[in-house]
Amino acid sequence: MSAISGHEDTVGLQRKRGLSRRNQDRLTIVLFLLPAFIFIFTFQIYPMIRSVYYSLYEWSGFGPLTDYVGLANFERLFTGREFWDAVWHTALIMIWSLALQLPLALLLALLVERDLPGRGFFRSIFFMPYVLSEVIIGQVWIKMFKPDPQFGFINAVLEWFGNLPVIPQIETQAWLADPKQALACAFVALTWQFFGLHMLLYIAGLQNVPRELEEAARIDGANELQTIWNITLPLLGNAIRTSVYLSLLGSVQVFGVIWVMARGGPIGATETMSTYMYRSAFLKFSLGYGSAVAVVILVISLILSTVYQRVVGQHDYIGGI
Amino acid sequence: MMRSIPRKDRGSSPGKFWRRLLQYFVLSVFLLFIVVPIVMVVFGALKSRGEYATSPYTIPDPPRWENFVRILQGESIWLMLLNSLVVMVTTVIGVVFFASLAAFVFSRVRFRGQTLLLNVALLGLMFPLSIAILPTYLVVRELGLIDSLWGLILAQIAFGLATSILILRGFFTAVPSELQDAAYIDGCSSFGFFWRILLPLARPALSAVAVLAMLGSWNGYFFPLVVLNSEKLYTLPLGTMQYVGQYGSEENMVMAFLFLTMIPALILYVFAERQIVSGLTAGALKG
Repeated sequence: MSAISGHEDTVGLQRKRGLSRRNQDRLTIVLFLLPAFIFIFTFQIYPMIRSVYYSLYEWSGFGPLTDYVGLANFERLFTGREFWDAVWHTALIMIWSLALQLPLALLLALLVERDLPGRGFFRSIFFMPYVLSEVIIGQVWIKMFKPDPQFGFINAVLEWFGNLPVIPQIETQAWLADPKQALACAFVALTWQFFGLHMLLYIAGLQNVPRELEEAARIDGANELQTIWNITLPLLGNAIRTSVYLSLLGSVQVFGVIWVMARGGPIGATETMSTYMYRSAFLKFSLGYGSAVAVVILVISLILSTVYQRVVGQHDYIGGI
Repeated sequence: MMRSIPRKDRGSSPGKFWRRLLQYFVLSVFLLFIVVPIVMVVFGALKSRGEYATSPYTIPDPPRWENFVRILQGESIWLMLLNSLVVMVTTVIGVVFFASLAAFVFSRVRFRGQTLLLNVALLGLMFPLSIAILPTYLVVRELGLIDSLWGLILAQIAFGLATSILILRGFFTAVPSELQDAAYIDGCSSFGFFWRILLPLARPALSAVAVLAMLGSWNGYFFPLVVLNSEKLYTLPLGTMQYVGQYGSEENMVMAFLFLTMIPALILYVFAERQIVSGLTAGALKG
């Protein structure tokens, strides 16, 4: 709030000072903005426009652009099964993120936040995987999911539990080698990477929830769950919206962890939109078709962001590093 | 059993004790989820090939530090480290400098078309590098910067600007305008105010932005993968994949390599956790 009123002050004063500084201001605007906008234009805006152009050609990436094919690349894309499979896998990651990762992160934030001794320790550990590279994260989880219990820790645990009489035995699984499980395995690694980030967003949001409100609700006879549901969650609105947006956008762009763990396989089971684009453009050397995929991904992200901002009615975004 | 635990320091309500216990229990389960994969890497890294093959899940006995020595004696890891460092430092300098110049204009000067330009500048939030990877690759190629660290650096600067401008703009806006007026009255130029007054004040925000850009550059995998071809230019994530490909049969060495490459990011995390957290939560906190 204070940031906003500070801004209004500046505006008012600048108007009063007005003309005398106008030319200097103009020069400042141009000189200060120029470097950033050269970068943004060269590496963001121009490439996007350019990729629309490339997408109208059949092009291996070698030699000049000669085979103009119109919208044939898009036709091939939308009528082929492969692309829709990739869209579906991306959508699954989105749905799982919203349904599993975020509630989990919220639960952790609620557990860690309330004046718990040692909460700093838990918070630091939970967030730690976020600073590791996707290559490390993918490799670490490949090891965890190795099918042979001799080397795959998860199957080893399942085997140990299987020897106990109390618990019903769960058989060891093929994990990444099984098309039905591979995407879920990659999602476990993604959760490992990201739920600390969402937990942090919620913890930051919780710091803005006045403790008095919660106490007042409890004095009025609300139990723990009612207080959280009716008081805490609505006040967490901003944090929840941000983490939903980051999850949606993050799901569209997810590449490294999945590529390192499964390369889109087995039999296309972990092919997402970005791995599909990478495969088409860089492994099958059809940069024209790959550009068509890229254009569709850009449009999907644009639609996501626009719809999100319409629904939420405000611009709040961060992250995306 | 449980009842015999001394009932001390539990406050007035007996329910609080059980609640705390449950709280720690749930948190510990998640703690295992986070820590076990890393512990497995550490165990593997310190085992001989034979020990890893027979008992991979036990504490290494004796710990084989020579695994690390063997990797560090090779030339390739140092070259990758150097490449990653060069790319990171250059990227961070570019991002911080250009983003703070732009953020200054967007927060302290008012002009026509500002909202439009700001939205253009923040486009990178909607289209991060990994989404716009192919278009960016094609333009880097048109510029003749494929298989050059510059191609990587320049694109990373461009895509690092949006987040940084957003964070810095928020911070700059909160600096009282009286300061600016006083500086101008004293004959300070816009750049003088920016350089001598605003930037020193904004140090916490600048370091948050810098640390986020460091992490992004250091961990980048997708873009280096498409831009760099020569092994001598490989950054650490690419080099890690290469090492895994070459020594895949020696799991203990792969673990040792993974552990070594984790260390720089973990050191950064230990020293800059506050900056990382404040940078990432800047958006969630406002409003």
